[in-house]
Amino acid sequence: MFGVLFEQTADGQRYIDWLLSGLGWTLALAFFGWWIAFGIGVVVGVGRTVQNRFFSILARLYVEIFRNIPVLVQMFLWYFVFPEVVPTALGDAIKQIPPPWASFFPALLCLGLYTASRIAEQVRAGIEALPKGQIEAANALGLSGYLTYRYVVVPQALRLIVPSLTSEVMGIYKNTSVALTIGLMELTAQARQISEATFQTFSAFGAATIIYLCLALVAYQAMTFIDKAVRIPGSAPVKLTAGQDLAADMQQSGALPGAMEVVK
Amino acid sequence: MNTLDFSILAQSWPYLWSGLLFSLALTAAAFAIGMVLGTCLALVQHFEIPLFAQIIRGYVAVIRSIPLILVLFWFFFLVPIVLGHLSGNGRPIPIGATYTAFITFGLFEAAYYSEIIRVGLLAVNKGQFEACQALALSTYDTYRHVVLPQVLRVASPIILSQTIILFQDTSLVYVLSLTDLLGAASKLAQLNGRLVEMYLVVAVAYLAISSAASQCVAALRKRYALATSR
Repeated sequence: MFGVLFEQTADGQRYIDWLLSGLGWTLALAFFGWWIAFGIGVVVGVGRTVQNRFFSILARLYVEIFRNIPVLVQMFLWYFVFPEVVPTALGDAIKQIPPPWASFFPALLCLGLYTASRIAEQVRAGIEALPKGQIEAANALGLSGYLTYRYVVVPQALRLIVPSLTSEVMGIYKNTSVALTIGLMELTAQARQISEATFQTFSAFGAATIIYLCLALVAYQAMTFIDKAVRIPGSAPVKLTAGQDLAADMQQSGALPGAMEVVK
Repeated sequence: MNTLDFSILAQSWPYLWSGLLFSLALTAAAFAIGMVLGTCLALVQHFEIPLFAQIIRGYVAVIRSIPLILVLFWFFFLVPIVLGHLSGNGRPIPIGATYTAFITFGLFEAAYYSEIIRVGLLAVNKGQFEACQALALSTYDTYRHVVLPQVLRVASPIILSQTIILFQDTSLVYVLSLTDLLGAASKLAQLNGRLVEMYLVVAVAYLAISSAASQCVAALRKRYALATSR
């Protein structure tokens, strides 16, 4: 069924090389995008919980804006609109970037900042789930606000939210496919290209689907492994913000819920 | 840096409006199909109906693991073939991008809603089932009048959040060249060259609608939390 993947293409490669190069772009986007998202997400998530009104409003604004605009529209904003609204010199410099990178960087920025807004909400949920005594104890020990967050609050919150970050990992690698709309030849785009070149749509999409399934499995296993390694002994995992009520209700009625993932 | 000129909006808003209506119609249809089908899928898994439960589990796992764009491509390719086989003559029946979008989003969302409802079903207190048995309610009556209403009520904030995500995801029908809100803007942008204005307007429209809807869900959640904490 997948024999077609090993046939020669017009450019002397095999179709499977197209798929693998697509997989490379998908992985690069997801991996680097994740670290951008994680860094910004933690900072914004902390910002959502601080007393300072300026920072908390700023963080709230960030989350509202980046979460409520579709990824595809954000992709177009970074790709088409951003070079036009910055000063002309910078805009021209951006337009000079050669092809694959000209799509890759906007996509990276888009996915990183979008996923950051989702991670920020998880981080906030994790921080709010910590017992009040933690911060009070830190205060009693004379730790400053920064030190409290750096050494007490954030490390514990991050350990609590690993299970719900799993769905964000799944979300970012799936959202990499949106980059095909700005011309990045990632996995889905390559699958479509193979289907158009060979008319073997079933094999082309089938192969891409199997690769995505493997990625999902790897992501899930890795996150389960991390969760086991860093789980605070005796703690219950914090659920997604969207799932919090349901999770709380379920705990009230005595049933333990499975992982709730409401992210695409 | 070019100056922004939003005067283009004056003549283009009817087209954008029709695009928005399409986005909303697609969201509503996908919500309706997804909820009905999703509830059925969740119940089949809940009752552990042999074979069907396993097939549905596989379906939900696959749909949730691959990107929506790939799902759209799959259905665009598969639905005509499946319809051809169903109609008996075996030849693919092309149905066009619009119907493909409606079918895809309905079936795709069904997987997500079914997962929410499945978890919700696990959450229902055992005592509820026992009480139904004590009252000699049939299985149908138990689920129809006791269990499902509670599940839908408890899960409603998540279902609504999911629907807001669904509304944003409908923008992906762009890859099928349909004229939803984003599709309308992108076609206008190519005609009149005002890319920046068009995409900014669309972004603001999505932002306004989604955040207004999120506020409503948050209010609902608060009210609901008060109602249960009594």
